Amino acid sequence: MKFITEFRRSELAEGLIAQIHRRSQTPVRFMEFCGGHTVTIFKYGIRQVLPETIEMVSGPGCPVCVTANADLDKAIALSKIPDVIITTFGDMLKVPGSRSSLQKVKADGADVHTVYSTMDALKIAGMNPTKSVVFLGIGFETTAPTIAASILQAREKRVKNYYVLSLHKLCPPVIRAILDSGEVKLQGLICPGHVSAIIGSHPWEFIAQDYGIPCVVSGFEPLDILRCVDMLVAQIENGESKVEIAYRRGVRPEGNQQALKLMEQIFEPCPAQWRGIGEVPSSGLKLRKEYQHFDAELAFDIDPGPTYEPEGCICGDILRGVKTPADCRLFGKACTPQYPVGPCMVSSEGSCSAYYLYGEGIGG
Amino acid sequence: MEDKILLAHGSGGKLAHELVEKGFLKAFDNPLLAKLDDSAVFNLSGRLAFTTDSYVVSPIFFPGGDIGKLAVCGTVNDLAMSGAKPLYLSLSFIIEEGLPQGELSQIVDSIYKAAQEANVEIVAGDTKVVNRGSADKLFINTAGVGIIAEGIDISGSNASPGDKVLLSGPIGDHGIAVVSQREGLSFSTQLKSDCAPLGSLVAEMLEASSNIHCLRDPTRGGLATTLNELAKQSKVSIRIEEEKIPVREEVLAACEMLGFDPLYVANEGKLVAIVPTKDANKVLKAMQQNHYAKDAAIIGEVQAERPGRVVMKTCLGASRIVDMLVGDLLPRIC
Repeated sequence: MKFITEFRRSELAEGLIAQIHRRSQTPVRFMEFCGGHTVTIFKYGIRQVLPETIEMVSGPGCPVCVTANADLDKAIALSKIPDVIITTFGDMLKVPGSRSSLQKVKADGADVHTVYSTMDALKIAGMNPTKSVVFLGIGFETTAPTIAASILQAREKRVKNYYVLSLHKLCPPVIRAILDSGEVKLQGLICPGHVSAIIGSHPWEFIAQDYGIPCVVSGFEPLDILRCVDMLVAQIENGESKVEIAYRRGVRPEGNQQALKLMEQIFEPCPAQWRGIGEVPSSGLKLRKEYQHFDAELAFDIDPGPTYEPEGCICGDILRGVKTPADCRLFGKACTPQYPVGPCMVSSEGSCSAYYLYGEGIGG
Repeated sequence: MEDKILLAHGSGGKLAHELVEKGFLKAFDNPLLAKLDDSAVFNLSGRLAFTTDSYVVSPIFFPGGDIGKLAVCGTVNDLAMSGAKPLYLSLSFIIEEGLPQGELSQIVDSIYKAAQEANVEIVAGDTKVVNRGSADKLFINTAGVGIIAEGIDISGSNASPGDKVLLSGPIGDHGIAVVSQREGLSFSTQLKSDCAPLGSLVAEMLEASSNIHCLRDPTRGGLATTLNELAKQSKVSIRIEEEKIPVREEVLAACEMLGFDPLYVANEGKLVAIVPTKDANKVLKAMQQNHYAKDAAIIGEVQAERPGRVVMKTCLGASRIVDMLVGDLLPRIC
């Protein structure tokens, strides 16, 4: 089976789109939580092909975007400490903190490496025994297990100069926070695919049960999203609210037990700061006591200084789903992918970047 | 021990002469070069095309080619994209001390082969050796000249509404083949760079129609960037169809893994042609008969409205903007 082209076939898409149009009677608002889904939706113009009854809003599911400025400032402050090497996934480089970005401090001489895997960060630690290597642990449940694995390996190999700045975030608690705020009324949720590959579909049950909102886990190809929307519409029209999976090739209801165990072993939940949303209880991960010597926050004296938010930037409102990039007066003018003001324009999974790059609904 | 390039190889002294005579002269043997004067002297008549380029690809060997083949093909293709018949090239080598001589000979050999195939002669050259760390193994700078036949007028500003957009084959092979060898990224793939000289393809296309409006090779920045350049230069819009653009499954898979869009991935043996509708099928047929463009396709057309824009019809029938590449997808791809 071809895992990409099979899920981009126009004749199958046509059938699904027609079915959604036939089925959808009730006006609804669906949120795609995940930034990866936002990108697919814009890249393939999915909003344009859905009936008028369906309104789509983008959620906070972009790890780079939801990282609070105070946490970015910590990473930048760490990079300025002598003999510290920062290792990070590439998306973080350009995100502006209060005063600078990793890309700028790198140009000024800070030692910042982009890596594609935590194991590469560990390798860098091995090659630089006289320096301290800090990995920026940014991401959801998807990346946390790989970072946990790197910590385990560091312990086994007695690597003494590897640290993690744990800024991980957990998805189900923040969805609860958004629903509890009552700011956005949702009738359906497109649940994240990669996160669910780790945690399974069970952790979303509370949304269907407590809030009566249909949930479907989706993959990242255009046909995945269409199928997911179709399943949400079917639940709505049948008066149901349950959790379903439209991404069986990636997600099992019970998730990836091995990865979950690994996470559990190394991390424990803690409160976390989300950009635009604020502190959400039990939505972050910190290193458990016995692994604390890998915790960069404890190992270094970090002085990030006062935090500032960029003036005029509405990334926070966009992440909560209450505003769209089109509502932002900076969008496309003062804030572009070349000169981003807010993180949603920087990250490849950010809503502003998707709006900007793919130009929603220009027709033609 | 393996013989390495030493600083003395670039000193102008005996070692330098030995390198030139044994390394380069023998391989690129031709009367213009063999004179060893300060410049190559030759007669040309007609309209000239003249181009220059530098090659800093990392790694210098990659599946389907190396920096030498790339330098010849890239320069030849720049000439061909002006509708010129490529004739003469110059090559300047900037070598980092310590480069194994064996690697250099391998590259020289592939330069020879590429030049043979492209039917061009290397008529001038230079060699410098720099300290370790001042270059990365090998950089090559080139220049090239060619002649443009009467009646041919090819330029990025010639696209006009109604023209068809032709693409010579699947996109993204070169970028992904190079990336697959990068340290920290390496993954296993059967994919090879599409690096190829396109002089003969262009000659055959021009034989089919002398009315070709634009030719361009979508190298760095990929197809998306090339189409944006053409749209802006010609003050037109270009509308393409996602499903008509050939991309290999391996390239799609690698792009998914790396977070790239194939539209932005570099090619080194592909071209985009913008051709008046009446000649489009003739040119397409000519392309499909050439070894390097068997999978050529018409992927879209030129329109008047919204000048400067490139718009793509997605596989769902919706439209989206295709912008230029922002930032660097991958440095040192060519």
